[in-house]
Amino acid sequence: MPVRVLLPNAFQKHTNNVREISSAAANLPELIAEIERQFPALRPHLRGEDGHLRRFINFYVNEEDIRFLGNEKYSFKEGDEVLVIPSIAGGSN
Amino acid sequence: MTIAYQLQCRECKRTYGLQPLSICDECFSPLEVAFDLDYARTRFTREAISQGPLDMWRYRALLPVPDTYVPQTPAGLTPLLAAPRLAAHIGARNLYIKNDAVCMPTLSFKDRVVAVALANAQQFGFDTVGCSSTGNLANAVAAQAARLGLKTFILVPADLESAKILNTQVYGATLVRVEGNYDHVNRLSSQIADRYNWGFVNVNLRPYYAEGSKTVGFEIAEQLGWRLPDNIVVPMAGGSLITKIRKAFGELIALGLVEDRPVRFFGAQATGCSPISTAVKNGTDQIEPQRPNTIARSLAIGNPADGMYAARAIRNSGGWAEDVSDIEIVSAIQELAETEGIFTETAGGVTTAVTARLYAHGRIQPDELTVTCITGNGLKTTDCLQGAYEPHKAIRPRLSDFENFVDEHNASSQLLSLAGEAHAG
Repeated sequence: MPVRVLLPNAFQKHTNNVREISSAAANLPELIAEIERQFPALRPHLRGEDGHLRRFINFYVNEEDIRFLGNEKYSFKEGDEVLVIPSIAGGSN
Repeated sequence: MTIAYQLQCRECKRTYGLQPLSICDECFSPLEVAFDLDYARTRFTREAISQGPLDMWRYRALLPVPDTYVPQTPAGLTPLLAAPRLAAHIGARNLYIKNDAVCMPTLSFKDRVVAVALANAQQFGFDTVGCSSTGNLANAVAAQAARLGLKTFILVPADLESAKILNTQVYGATLVRVEGNYDHVNRLSSQIADRYNWGFVNVNLRPYYAEGSKTVGFEIAEQLGWRLPDNIVVPMAGGSLITKIRKAFGELIALGLVEDRPVRFFGAQATGCSPISTAVKNGTDQIEPQRPNTIARSLAIGNPADGMYAARAIRNSGGWAEDVSDIEIVSAIQELAETEGIFTETAGGVTTAVTARLYAHGRIQPDELTVTCITGNGLKTTDCLQGAYEPHKAIRPRLSDFENFVDEHNASSQLLSLAGEAHAG
């Protein structure tokens, strides 16, 4: 039961311009692993030096921030549309 | 050629020149405009500024526009008012109000950021601009785009206050009402900006747009006689304004226009949408998103883009953040209007109520020079005062009726006053 995953423009330099994939991942950790497998060039950009996913990357399922749905515990359902969107901030120290 | 300013990644510091872009494609962190302060040093002087226009463009040497740009959208240079009567109410003795309720042309501080964003939209050759908005930004984009002859697509939450919708449509803007809250609208805007070759002021033009907020800080310093306040209280939605006022003060210090002294930054939110104040109170800069539920819809951003930077700026300055209930917001709107003659929208009620609490809790001392930032006009959010004032029975056009009215009025005022004293006692 694949989910549709839409990738942002900011990723495309590292994904050979692929903007959309279909994934059979069951949850968010599996999806991130699959994205990294499929696009090895993206991996070093997705994670910081500490190995964690960079904090400005947000995941949405259909219309909701995945953090409201249980985050890593949320199980993807057939037909889910997953959006990957970097935060847009312009802050300053 | 000297590069006066360019885009730079906030985290990995990679530079991007000048393009409509807000995200680093190396580390996916936000981009901001970095200025060459040495280049600005000879151009951004007290004397040059004093000879500039009577609007925010007097600070153009530290705004991201080319030297050749001819501003067509005057905004800013709003009053900085001493507020002795509000001060007496809340236990302050040295309180000022930066009054962007009268920022032109659309009565909110968003006119400043939009002026800079649309200048850049023109530079990049966009014929269509857009934004996601809780209302004030929609008004500002619609008005200024009309003036510049740009087409607009403006996305707002469907349940927005009717005045803010009307104040967008009147300029001929294409308004798109989106089911959901601001965070839903904002996410859709990100996707649209990825797909269409348009200038979205708070998406792909955001680094330029955000610099416009610095003019609030520049003006406060100049209006205080080129000095910085001890404290500043700023409303927080996405968290950008407070960080940019801090950047402005830092640039003024770096260029020697003001004495280097510490300024404490205080952030104000509504309790019904308080992700940044919650983070500050918990001693973290990790922002947990919230589902907004407050009448302060112009501040109702549950996943604030600049939240982390705002929390950090507050903490590093030795400041604090507070949040207040919807009832306190309405009371504060009335208190500010009754004491200082300033009718602000719900966001200004938030800022005023939080300011009062900061004095009450001893976080701000009475004699410290404190500026509280009012960012929007009450005429746009009159809904929140529905039922606050009972209409009086009309009188006949007779002097005796008027005299009776005055007697009744005085009697009820006296009762209220006695009740107040009894309550206070």
